[in-house]
Amino acid sequence: MSESAKPHHPSPQGKGEKTHASDFSYVGIDAILEQMRRKAMKQGFELNIMVVGQSGLGKSTLMNTLFKSKVSRKSVQPNPEERIPKTIEIKSISHDIEEKGVRMKLTVIDTPGFGDHINNENCWQPIMKFINDQYEAYLQEEININRKKRIPDSRVHCCIYFIPPTGHCLRPLDVEFMRRLSKVVNIVPVIAKADTLTLEERDFFKQTIREELRANGIDVYPQKEFDEDADDRMINDKIREMIPFAVVGSDQEYQVNGKRILGRKTKWGTIEVENIGHCEFAYLRDLLIRTHMQNIKDITGSIHYETYRVRRLNESNAHFKSQPSDHPAVQPKANGQPEVTPSAPQANGVAAKHEVMSHEM
Amino acid sequence: MASSDVARMPEKAVRPLGLAGHVGFDSLPDQLVNKSICQGFCFNILCIGETGIGKSTLMDTLFNTNFENFESSHFEPQVKLRAQTYDLQESNVRLRLTVVNTVGFGDQMNKQESYQPVVDYIDKQFESYLQEELKIKRSLHNYHDSRVHACLYFISPSGHSLKSLDLVTMKKLDSKVNIIPVIAKADTISKSELHKFKIKIMSELVSNGVQIYQFPLDDETVAKVNTTMNGLLPFAVVGSTEEVSVGNKMVKARQYPWGVVQVENESHCDFVKLREMLICVNMEDLREQTHTRHYELYRRCKLEEMGFQDTNPECKPVSLQQTYEAKRQEFLVELQKREDEMRQMFVQRVKEKESELKDAERELQSRFEQLKRLHADEKATLEDKRRNLDDDLSSFGKRRAAAQLLQAQSLTANGKKDKDRKK
Repeated sequence: MSESAKPHHPSPQGKGEKTHASDFSYVGIDAILEQMRRKAMKQGFELNIMVVGQSGLGKSTLMNTLFKSKVSRKSVQPNPEERIPKTIEIKSISHDIEEKGVRMKLTVIDTPGFGDHINNENCWQPIMKFINDQYEAYLQEEININRKKRIPDSRVHCCIYFIPPTGHCLRPLDVEFMRRLSKVVNIVPVIAKADTLTLEERDFFKQTIREELRANGIDVYPQKEFDEDADDRMINDKIREMIPFAVVGSDQEYQVNGKRILGRKTKWGTIEVENIGHCEFAYLRDLLIRTHMQNIKDITGSIHYETYRVRRLNESNAHFKSQPSDHPAVQPKANGQPEVTPSAPQANGVAAKHEVMSHEM
Repeated sequence: MASSDVARMPEKAVRPLGLAGHVGFDSLPDQLVNKSICQGFCFNILCIGETGIGKSTLMDTLFNTNFENFESSHFEPQVKLRAQTYDLQESNVRLRLTVVNTVGFGDQMNKQESYQPVVDYIDKQFESYLQEELKIKRSLHNYHDSRVHACLYFISPSGHSLKSLDLVTMKKLDSKVNIIPVIAKADTISKSELHKFKIKIMSELVSNGVQIYQFPLDDETVAKVNTTMNGLLPFAVVGSTEEVSVGNKMVKARQYPWGVVQVENESHCDFVKLREMLICVNMEDLREQTHTRHYELYRRCKLEEMGFQDTNPECKPVSLQQTYEAKRQEFLVELQKREDEMRQMFVQRVKEKESELKDAERELQSRFEQLKRLHADEKATLEDKRRNLDDDLSSFGKRRAAAQLLQAQSLTANGKKDKDRKK
């Protein structure tokens, strides 16, 4: 019924050829950018960040510093028995924040109890389960027949992992956690409380960490394999040279050189949080918020979520395949087209068996 | 200053929070836009109208280029669709535009099925998107979206009312695609006639329950202009790729002996309005409506047709896997049944063939016997004949011997007589 020609490349004259009287050659295709921006501003954005690390490493303070407001409540329970929960809890708190007309729903997911017990084996399990639960919820909504116009996105976009500033190397707990979770979520490792390290110690520590990550095959954000083109790779390589960022968090302002800035005041000086000579908080903020936020969300949506989905749909196929059947691998159907069993890795999942979709190979 | 709220909030409640300083996520829309620029955009227009009504010319004028077009004949036996894809670029925006034209629409004597190829084409595009979405390993962000985003329906400028073909086609399409009706060749209608014509068309559409695309009113920046434009539907357009000099400029226009119709002059026709509404203001909304309304409707109907449900008869949510599993069992049972049937058929055929062969064998055998008998009979007859012949030969031999004897005797008798005479 219809045929299509190969893509053809006529180009309308660009805007530069406008005559002074009217938009003679101007079509207006680039107005779509403005339309997209308007739509995005109207819809608002969603961001879900998870912070993982032992207690006392400054997770809540860092979140507050990043978003310049009290997004996390600092754990100030006085009772030491109550302080460390028996099992790792997952607490997620959402806020609506707005800046210059851009609305964002920020969800901070805290994990009190991580790494605080004496026996920390399998401490990553509740966290992994939580992340997979979010993927599952999204998947269920997506395969619904009557689905919402905009599926609420509760998937964890980014997981900030706090490394204690020992100055030596990664601990087994760190390696284990990051190894397992880098496959399901974007991990951004940071060195917490970096004001206890001198610059040389910090560089040495970072180098050791990078080597250990490489040796263990841990791919943290920005992942090498998801670089799209040469420009991307250049930018990301620079970032990869700098991770993990050595950060200091603070939500108190002090007077330095006549300006009020965020910092930590000690007897020997004031550490300015946003001064890149002092700590690398500004780089982290720029990475997470100002330049790579959309990229982080895209990688979560199109790669991590898709991996989960593939695994999940294959699992249910395998489960159903265990029913007794004595069919040969290729069965001629009544209308003469061969049918492929679901064990073929590229087969359609849900729709494979239905006759309507049977022509799909 | 930040709101200091110390009480712990339950997980689901979302509280608004003020920011104490510049965080920087206002660059998010820019990040999104940049990503889209890298990916490129996709837009698909379907033009439905009779042959020669000016669809291709309008597309050329709209996008300021020369698409490869050729005139179609009026003698097509059926309505066909011709889709062509083009890559356009304006400043830093790359657009992959697909223009689908109907060929032979309205030319047949019997136009009852004219709308069907169009509906089939639109459904096919939805279907391939649905297939992609349901795959296990899918790549949606790389997928070239071929779903029809806008449908320009060309109304011929009779000045009276819509044709019944128009109404029927639009009614079939209004739940599948965003329909934007346009009055083609608007330079044949005068201003007063045009005004009456537009009112008549809109009232006919309303009274027949045809839902055409309404420009969206929910965004304040464009609500006002969209409301005005909604009232000016359908747009009366003129298309032209030729340039005529008017005053001291070259403008796109059609030159007649009585004057020049300028395409981009708003008092001459609504072309500029159409371009603005279709491309500059609402392109993204057209794409969104196609995805969230028309495609979702198609998907829902298709999945329900296939038997999937969200809740089973006890109103408990049924997962897709369960339905799928049930269907799979059904299917396997049916497959088994078919296999058995085939096996039986095969056995039966073999038997038939065998009996046929046996019959043939028997027949051959009887023929052979018959021939043998014939042969024996002939041999016997021949034997008889030979015996007879032998008998005849022997009797002849005897007679010959007797005759010779007689002759010899008569000779000697004659010889004696001669002797006697000589004496």
